[in-house]
Amino acid sequence: MRFTGTADYVATEDLMLAVNAAIALQRPLLIKGEPGTGKTMLAVEVAQALGMPLLEWHIKSTTKAQQGLYEYDAVSRLRDSQLGDPRVHDIHHYILKGMLWQAFTADTQVVLLIDEVDKADIEFPNDLLRELDRMEFYVYETRELVKAKHRPIVFITSNNEKELPDAFLRRCFFHYIRFPDKETMQKIIDVHFPNLKKSLLREAMEVFFEMREVPGLKKKPSTSELLDWLKLLLAEDISPEALRSKDRKTIIPPLHGALLKNEQDVHLFERLVFMTRAKGA
Amino acid sequence: MLIEFFYKLKSHKLPVSIKEYLTLLEALEKGVIGPSVDDFYYLSRAALIKDETNFDKFDRAFAEFWQGVESVPGIESQIPLEWLLKQVELTLSEEEKQQIQALGGWEKLMETLKQRLEEQKERHQGGSKWIGTAGTSPFGAYGYNPEGIRIGQDRSRNRSAVKVWDQREFRNLDDTLELGTRNLKIALRRLRRFAREGAPEEFDLDTTINSTAKKAYLDIHMRAERRNTVKVLMLMDIGGTMDDHVKLAEELFSAAKTEFKHLEFFYFHNCLYDFVWKDNRRRHAERTRTIDLLHKYGNDYKVVFVGDATMSPYEVLQPGGSIEYFNEESGAVWIRRITDVYPKCAWLNPEPEEIWNYRQSIQIMKELMGGRMYPTTLQGLERAMRALAK
Repeated sequence: MRFTGTADYVATEDLMLAVNAAIALQRPLLIKGEPGTGKTMLAVEVAQALGMPLLEWHIKSTTKAQQGLYEYDAVSRLRDSQLGDPRVHDIHHYILKGMLWQAFTADTQVVLLIDEVDKADIEFPNDLLRELDRMEFYVYETRELVKAKHRPIVFITSNNEKELPDAFLRRCFFHYIRFPDKETMQKIIDVHFPNLKKSLLREAMEVFFEMREVPGLKKKPSTSELLDWLKLLLAEDISPEALRSKDRKTIIPPLHGALLKNEQDVHLFERLVFMTRAKGA
Repeated sequence: MLIEFFYKLKSHKLPVSIKEYLTLLEALEKGVIGPSVDDFYYLSRAALIKDETNFDKFDRAFAEFWQGVESVPGIESQIPLEWLLKQVELTLSEEEKQQIQALGGWEKLMETLKQRLEEQKERHQGGSKWIGTAGTSPFGAYGYNPEGIRIGQDRSRNRSAVKVWDQREFRNLDDTLELGTRNLKIALRRLRRFAREGAPEEFDLDTTINSTAKKAYLDIHMRAERRNTVKVLMLMDIGGTMDDHVKLAEELFSAAKTEFKHLEFFYFHNCLYDFVWKDNRRRHAERTRTIDLLHKYGNDYKVVFVGDATMSPYEVLQPGGSIEYFNEESGAVWIRRITDVYPKCAWLNPEPEEIWNYRQSIQIMKELMGGRMYPTTLQGLERAMRALAK
């Protein structure tokens, strides 16, 4: 069982190795990287490539570790008891299984994605140590131990908003998805737009990487933004020449709103472009 | 097996643990990788290093272990290569890139620089090959080679060099730091103050039971969720005398960023005057008037200064004392304005507390802050947080 990338996803060698090591040793794989470099997509693609079901657990700032295991719905039970529903006698009706429980008790091995773990409270990863290490947890309400039938392949993504505790990190493999170099980027674009005109692509890539070099941008355009922009360029049927226009009025690349998401960034970029082109003329 | 490797990593101050080392061995035993150094590199990195900021350190340790290269003592303090590479590639213009080509390309330039640093053991001045000052070698300060890289020069003397590295003293305080900030975070958590605000979304079990018992029918109560409501305004000294302390300040900053609901930060230089700024690279272009800060952020904000308060007393007390421009009102006036508006203030000073008494400006600043100056030790931080939370 080896992951070697898919038709839609270009994986670098070090990424494949990290994924395969995590699968072989049945440890969680922690993925970090700039936004838009395909952290979340990785789990989707691995699940697809290995033919396994995917369970996604998206973390918010209010998510508690317990919600991944199970929740005891006391309110429903209280209501049922008022209405005299016979279900009330069995507590199992009111235990809602969380993502981890579902992953542990699935009939086949599954891929479990814990997305954006850094959004949660600082103690959140600590509360999952035993669950991820031993792949088991205890349900206090029913006094049963839930143990993984098949250890799921766990992917955890983080955007570095919070630092993760050491004890948690020790239990994971780690991979940092770097921003792709031009060569890899070319491959990624080929995968997404097989029919793109070569000249348009070349010009667009140049504009894109140039834009990433602008110092002081609040949010640098990333891979996913480049793909969106190319989609727009294609839809609008922009010619390659337009990207390199010398005309003062069109010095800003067309549809740059897809690349720069911040008003201040756009202003800064416009100022810089104007300055450099004015100097060159 | 590979114990030497493990200790090599340890000696480079990488936070590796025995558990991770055993994981690596387990992976090797399971045959995850073939017999290739590249694969081993990737595997050991994935298993042992959990933070991308440590990747560069790991690379160096790995290279050393694999090639038996002796490390040059203090190379990282002299010139952090990773920083040079990153910054330069981003900011070089076309002509500058061509100039680099004159020396055989950027990679070559850095490669040569690395070699020279390794060969060179002592301080050097003059001459045409070694790194040092006042030579014609492409490396070093005060030199005349147009393709030169300047190292350790405090003023631009010869404008034709590629880049003046000393500018890094004004680089933005980055919050991507290595491990070790967790201690600070725990101390900062003292500041957390939870309050129930906003829409009632959480089931309130206690009140429901109480009220149900009283009314004899099911009476469900909801309440707003507990949220951290602490608002913090951080004002940080950057550059100048703070150079020694930038690292400490960075750790503090990194710790602070994740702990509060509202955190605003601004930079100033030496002492607070009419202007502060958010992005150090554009500090002259995009400034915020300090008076606007006072208007914008309500007095429920807690203000934390970070600075060494080490300067000439004139810079605090005299109008026009600023070393950067003519300030019409003295720094002391501005500090007093802040302390008047915000009842909760604290000044964190990275200088050791023992020497505060010997520096006049620290004394003055402490007085202005009403004695609320604390050292940036864990214990000092706790004292500061306790004072802010009171």
